[in-house]
Amino acid sequence: MEDPLVQLTGATVYFGADAALDGVDFRLFPGEVHSLIGENGAGKSTLIKALTGALPLSAGRIELDGRQVRFSSPREAQLAGIRAVYQEIDLLPNLSVAENIALGSESHRWGVIDWARMRDRAREVLRDLGLDIDPASLLGQHSVAVQQLIAIARAISTDVRVLVLDEPTSSLDQGECAELFRVIRDLRERGVAVVFISHFLDQVYEVCDRVTVLRDGKLVGEYLTRELLRIDLVQAMLGRSVEDLRTRSRLRVAEEGAEPFLCARSVSVGTGIREADVDLVEGEVLGVAGLLGSGRTELARAITGIDRLDAGIIRIQGGTDAIDGPRSAISLGVVYSSENRRTEGIIGDLSVAENITLAVQAERGIVRRIAPARQRELALSWMEALDIRPRDPDRPAGTLSGGNQQKVLLARLLALAPRLIVLDEPTRGIDVGAKVEVQNLVSELADNGLSVMFISAELEEVLRVGTRVAIVQGGRIVDTVSCDELTPAELTALVAQPGEPT
Amino acid sequence: MTRWMRHRLFLPVVSLVALILVNAIARPRFVQITVRDGELYGALIDILRNSAPLMLVALGMTVVIATRGIDLSVGAVMAVSGAVALTIIDGSSDPGNVGTVLVAIVVSVLVALVLGAWNGFLVAVLEIQPIIATLVLMLAGRGVALLITDGFITTVTSPPLKYVASGHLLGLPFALFISVAAIALIALMERRTALGVLTEAVGINPEASRLTGVRSRGIILGAYVVSGTFAGVAGVIYSSNIMAADANAAGELIELYAILAVVLGGTSLTGGKFSIAGTVIGVLIIQTLQSTILFLGVSSAESPVFFAFVVILVVLIQSPRVYQVARRMTGGRRHHPAPEVTTGVEVTS
Ligand SMILES: Nc1ncnc2c1ncn2[C@@H]1O[C@H](COP(=O)(O)OP(=O)(O)OP(=O)(O)O)[C@@H](O)[C@H]1O
Ligand SMILES: [Mg+2]
Repeated sequence: MEDPLVQLTGATVYFGADAALDGVDFRLFPGEVHSLIGENGAGKSTLIKALTGALPLSAGRIELDGRQVRFSSPREAQLAGIRAVYQEIDLLPNLSVAENIALGSESHRWGVIDWARMRDRAREVLRDLGLDIDPASLLGQHSVAVQQLIAIARAISTDVRVLVLDEPTSSLDQGECAELFRVIRDLRERGVAVVFISHFLDQVYEVCDRVTVLRDGKLVGEYLTRELLRIDLVQAMLGRSVEDLRTRSRLRVAEEGAEPFLCARSVSVGTGIREADVDLVEGEVLGVAGLLGSGRTELARAITGIDRLDAGIIRIQGGTDAIDGPRSAISLGVVYSSENRRTEGIIGDLSVAENITLAVQAERGIVRRIAPARQRELALSWMEALDIRPRDPDRPAGTLSGGNQQKVLLARLLALAPRLIVLDEPTRGIDVGAKVEVQNLVSELADNGLSVMFISAELEEVLRVGTRVAIVQGGRIVDTVSCDELTPAELTALVAQPGEPT
Repeated sequence: MTRWMRHRLFLPVVSLVALILVNAIARPRFVQITVRDGELYGALIDILRNSAPLMLVALGMTVVIATRGIDLSVGAVMAVSGAVALTIIDGSSDPGNVGTVLVAIVVSVLVALVLGAWNGFLVAVLEIQPIIATLVLMLAGRGVALLITDGFITTVTSPPLKYVASGHLLGLPFALFISVAAIALIALMERRTALGVLTEAVGINPEASRLTGVRSRGIILGAYVVSGTFAGVAGVIYSSNIMAADANAAGELIELYAILAVVLGGTSLTGGKFSIAGTVIGVLIIQTLQSTILFLGVSSAESPVFFAFVVILVVLIQSPRVYQVARRMTGGRRHHPAPEVTTGVEVTS
């Protein structure tokens, strides 16, 4: 076998006294797609940040082409042909799509940035990813999924030797994933080494040649994908038997014909969602399925008072109280968990305890402060319940791994004891174990009378947790079907929009 | 590194102590405190007394900055409140009456509160960028002050007013009590209620806070009200000090010194986490520095340069980046328990 393109030996990264990465060896060959696998907080993102110069190594060495290198910034790594798309998208919302893609590698002509060429180049890479958007549009106005694709477009718009993708598919739907995989295979043909981090094992098996498994910052092993059984992979990841991961079945099914808890009629917000009718009974889990940009998130935001309605009414328990902004929604027991964890969820510099108790505190008001001791106690009980790791309520929430941040958000909303919780991609970026835990939690909550609206790009998941599923297309709810009657394949077909470009 | 060295107030405190030490060595009289008629006098006491206006303004600025804002209008608000107070006292039949002075102070501070609310309205409700919103009042405020005083520098003779800045209580300057009261009030408001953490949440991530049900508007508006009100009190102290309402000189450039004090105290201009104790130390650093300049007899032409130089020094001392570089250059150890394997410093790439 040829020599590795990149080799990490004994890579160690400390945050304070804890090792996030502890003596890990990792190698990457040209022309391979290599997956990094591990639970939330296993150290995957840390490893690739160390590799690309975004974090300094406390110990260990990096070799590129057999020569030791040291990158003190991602920029230096880029110059050596290593590009990364980090888990938390690092694009600039105020710039145009083309500018974002060209950032750091602007084309110059006679010392002046060549805008026309930049836009053409941007359009080209975007089209390569199957994305047809105006390169001159502002980045901020696109959905997370599109932004994710744009970040990838930026990484592949220059000549790369190593491409690192940290959970690139977390908000993509099947069609987009397929496009991305086509591009990845293309790059592999051209000898590029690709690191692919994902919690979707299907995808790992689909595109990856080799996997490296991490657990608690340590190396578990390196395997060839085709020689590794999925069950063994999960076992290596979790360090415990897969038996523990059993999905819980619902005990109670919501009664038919009961008075709905939430009743929305002709809800419209701009062109995002039009004339949507939703009924949600107590204890019901309503799945929402739709393609990217179909209006899933718009529906969620309209119902929870985040966006002002242009038309329509929402009635809670047949009452007449209007939902007017997130505060009044919360006071009526309706809460929303955004798909956009970093910009609309986590308050990075505040501690985990403050993050978890923030919503309760906001509801209690300024004067009735939750004492710090009580705050920690409350936070710890939720951290226990949702298994948030590390179990340290005083650490800034922004330093948790992506999956654990997601759980902190869930804890924040559940601490409000809501009546209806609207979850927009709640399992995005969560590892297999935690995903099952969240799904089980949802059905447990529903058994206890909570209504849930569950949005996910993963259709199997929607079917698994949902009682009924609302199918959204082009801003309209086109159908609502009982989940028992559907297979994932059928749902996929229903969701796809016939005739119109997707 | 021990724990207290990593405390975020460590470097500001070190800077302040160092500044005082340098002064004490250069002129031992600096740390001397004498007692005359049961009242304390000395350079240090003067610093505490003279820092009162900046202290008030900087405390308000801290809260505003925590919400991701900035208040450029504080100096102009000081001018307005001074003008209002002096005009009332000047116009009354008995300028030496305690009641008159109290009324004048209350009215002028209320006017400042309204001005703060105006800023808050522009920022929180109309969502105008703070720098622009407060610039309006910064530019217009002094004009308003001039209108109030009819274009003159109003002077008064009023012992109760003079007492505010120059009087003593229990042997200490009365102005110091105002500072301490303001610090205590802010600390209680922010840290004994949930206001502090909610303010930080709004400053760190406004959209996430809104979705969580935090009343961001109210919190932002409140911050500007506090800033305006405190600037109003500062304006009264200032005019009590010179016993005049000088629309142009009152609080001149104080917005910049206040911002500097906040930053020296370790609060980031990008909003979010803030430190009241840090701001207090920042103010004391600035005031000590000004007293140093006076004492060293630095000519008034050179003093801004000197001031800037020391500020740069203090900021550099507090910069984590400088810290890292210095540690690398001196080969200092890192504070984690990792075995010091070759970290590749000697490597050529
Ligand atoms: N800036 C930081 N400060 C302190 N600890 C950190 C910081 N960044 C990461 N960590 C810790 O390092 C560990 C590894 O985190 P990392 O982000 O690499 O996990 P991950 O494997 O990418 O997880 P996920 O699948 O959730 O993204 C976690 O325990 C995390 O809390
Ligand atoms: Mg990660």
